[in-house]
Order: sequence, then structure tokens, then C-alpha cells
Amino acid sequence: MTTVYDDRGEQAAATDVPLRRIAFTINGARKIAEVEPRLLLAHLIRRGLGLTGTHLGCDTTNCGACTVLVDGKAVKSCTMLAVQADGHEITTVEGLATASELHPLQEGFRQEHGLQCGFCTPGMMLSAKALLDANPSPTEEDVRWALSGNLCRCTGYQNIVKSVLWAADKLRAAGNGAGGEPGAGDGSGAGEDGSS
Amino acid sequence: MYPSRFRYEAPRSLTEAIGLLHTTESAGDQAKVLAGGQSLVPLMKLRFAAPELIVDINNLPGLDYHRADPDGTIRVGALCRHADLEHSALLASTQPTMAAAAPLIADPIVRNRGTLVGSLCHADPQGDWASVVVALGGSVVAQGPGGRRSIPADAFVTGPFENALAPDEIAVEAVIPPPQGVPAGGYLKLERRVGDFATVGVAVALDTAGGTVTRAGIALTGVGGSTIAATEAGQALTGKVLTAEIIEQAAGLAAQAARPRTDHRGSAEYKRHMVRTFVTRLLTRAGQAAEAERAA
Repeated sequence: MTTVYDDRGEQAAATDVPLRRIAFTINGARKIAEVEPRLLLAHLIRRGLGLTGTHLGCDTTNCGACTVLVDGKAVKSCTMLAVQADGHEITTVEGLATASELHPLQEGFRQEHGLQCGFCTPGMMLSAKALLDANPSPTEEDVRWALSGNLCRCTGYQNIVKSVLWAADKLRAAGNGAGGEPGAGDGSGAGEDGSS
Repeated sequence: MYPSRFRYEAPRSLTEAIGLLHTTESAGDQAKVLAGGQSLVPLMKLRFAAPELIVDINNLPGLDYHRADPDGTIRVGALCRHADLEHSALLASTQPTMAAAAPLIADPIVRNRGTLVGSLCHADPQGDWASVVVALGGSVVAQGPGGRRSIPADAFVTGPFENALAPDEIAVEAVIPPPQGVPAGGYLKLERRVGDFATVGVAVALDTAGGTVTRAGIALTGVGGSTIAATEAGQALTGKVLTAEIIEQAAGLAAQAARPRTDHRGSAEYKRHMVRTFVTRLLTRAGQAAEAERAA
């Protein structure tokens, strides 16, 4: 990735920029990057890799819009240095869908109208993915708890929660080999089997 | 937002990490240890902190533990994340105050990275773990070039965002002493929304034997310039059965110990009232548990 610096003459010669080489995996693809240590993971993802689905909202560790998965765990990418990704595996929203199919979470957000402006959506989906990977049968309360670090200023969260429960139903149905259209027309889906 | 420029080292051993801190060129406030980074990175982005050297300890092996010694002492390593403690079977069965606090730290995403020991080092007056560890009479183990030393938690925090570590020391472990009886208590936090700092937080840590309190610690979050140990409130409980009168007395003493200020989170009067309410609530629950224990 090319970074251009202000030439401040003697004060900070361009040769003083401390670059480090890191190797990491993002959405299944192995990458090598040269980064300045102060580069944030969010910027490596957006600018270095051109994956602009990761959004920077508050930039102060509050909103969760920049959430990605690092080794399967939800992390705020504005609050982690890019150099710290060395040797780790990152998943962004671009890693959810395949070429032909939306991820059940993405489908759920469409089916249940889980977004309005859409800015918080990628972070919501990745926090939700971490939840569903750990707990395939979440209750509504589990979902609300898992998403409590992701802020949405449009929806009031109701449909986001429904979307995640829709995706959980779909993933379970697919896992059971039934593969049907889960939760369609039901919309509640909340806490029916209560295992957590 | 970017942090200002810094040198970055990710040592593979504790000795190497301490060596990096010990070098004279990076002494004083010039070097910072990076663990979870959930407070340090935002501070650096806002340029409240601008260290010249970052020593990232995330690659150090064997620091991500939390475990109990045979005598019941609980040890939490420097890389044990809040989420590890939130999902800990050990804490759920043995340490009610820590188990209650863990899910209330920041938000779920921050809990995946942030650490208990890092939170103690950060020494934010509104940090939840400091109150918990102070109430439990815990300590911090610091390692430097000369070896290890143990610092009591109430002496570890020396002021807002200030701790007792020497520039070339790393806090490697938090230690909770073994209970003198059956542990009881909890942590209650009033917050405007998930992830906000505590408007008021109260940690109560008791040990009881046959319904009598053998040891009591109460500490307060967010109602003073630093974590407040409500020592007199704790002393009022020691050797007593948790009757309504004793609980009321302790809650009153804890409220007196609070030094709240009126701000956008609430008036000083309201915060003091919430301290009293939370202490009463936690002690009443503990009293019911002790009563059940005695009856059993």
C-alpha cells in the first residue's frame, strides 16, 4: 500500500518512517503488507485493501460500525493497530457472501428490513456472526446482548434483532439438512427454543 | 484519526519486553505497554497520549490465564480478556463479585480485547475492575529488571490515570486472596447505555461463615477522583449478621464515603443516593444467601 507523507525536512525525514511487514489472512486470502505501526486496522482494510464495507463511524471506540472478526472474535478495527493483525485471520462484511449467494445474515437483514441507512449494518452483521458461530440458537435477549456494542441511529433495533433471529433459523435449518425458508412470515422467532 | 508516530516492538518474551522498557532512551512516559488497547489506542488517537515506543505484549506466551490456586487464590494474567472472565466457569462458581462485574465492562466487542490488568493500569476513576479488585483486597504483581513485587490494589492506583508502576515494570498479574468463608457479593453499575462509563458503580465483596460476615470490602466507581474504598462501611459489617439495621448502617457509610460531582450523568445528590441503593441491594441479596446457607 502506498502511503504519502509530508516532507518536513530535517524534522522527520521520510527515511525515518518506521515500516513493518506483516502477513495476515483476510476473507480467506493471504496478504502481505508494509504498514506504519500507527496505521489502524480499519484503515488497512479500507484503504490498503479497498474493502470499504468496513465503516468508520465514531472513531472513538463507541459505535461498533468498524467491527470485523479477528480470529473469529468481534473487534473494533478502529481500536486495533494494523501491525497487530500480523499472523491473524480477519473477516470483513465482504467475506460473508459467496459469488452467487448472500450469507443468511445478509438475507435476514433484507427479509426483515434490518437496515435503514445501512451505515451500522456491516458491524451489526459481524457481531451477529460471532454470536451465531458460538451460539446457533440464541434467544432474543442473547441477540440484544451480543449487539449491545453496535449502535444504530435509524432502526430502533427491532428489525435488526429479527434479522439475526431469522438468520439463526435459516442456518439451523441448513445445518439440519432441511434447507427450507425459516421464520418467513413469522417474524418473531424469538427465544422459542431458549437454549443459550 | 491517527496516533502520532511511534516505534513499535512486539517482543516474544517478558524479559525482552522489560528490557525494551528499561532502555534509557525510552524511559519515563515515553514508552507504553499495549495489551488490549481499548483505552490506550483511543487516547493515542485523540493525542492525549503520544508515547514514543509501544511495547505490544500480545505475543507474550502464557499470560492469558485466569486460574485458582489450591488455597483459593485467584490469579488473572495480563492477557486475560474481559470476555474470558465473563464466560468463566471458575468465577461463576467461586467469585460472585468478579462474575457480576465482567459482563458489565464496556460492551461485548471491547470485552473481546480489553484486559482486567490493563484496566487496573489505566487507572480510570470510572474503571470498574479497580473497584472490584480493591473490594476483594487484591493486588497487582509487577515485574521489572530486578524481579517481581506485589502491590496492593488500593496502593496501585495513585491518582486519576496514574499507577505505582516504575517505567520499566510490567503488571503481569492481578491476584485475589483466598476467601475466609463463603464468598458473597456482587457488582452493580448504573450506566446510561451499554458501553458508557459508570454513572455509579458499587462493588461489594464479602466472605461469610455461618451467616456471619468474616470479611467485607466495598468500593465505589465513578463517584470521586479515583476508585474509592469505603473502608468504614466494610468494617461496620465485619463480625456481624446481615440484618436490615446493619445493612442500612453500611449503606449510609458507603454513601458518606462517596465524593460525587454533578455532571451530565447526574447530580451529586442522585449519585450518592444510588451508592446507598446499590449497597443496600447487594447486601440484602448477600444476606438472603447467607440466611439460606445457615438454614441449609
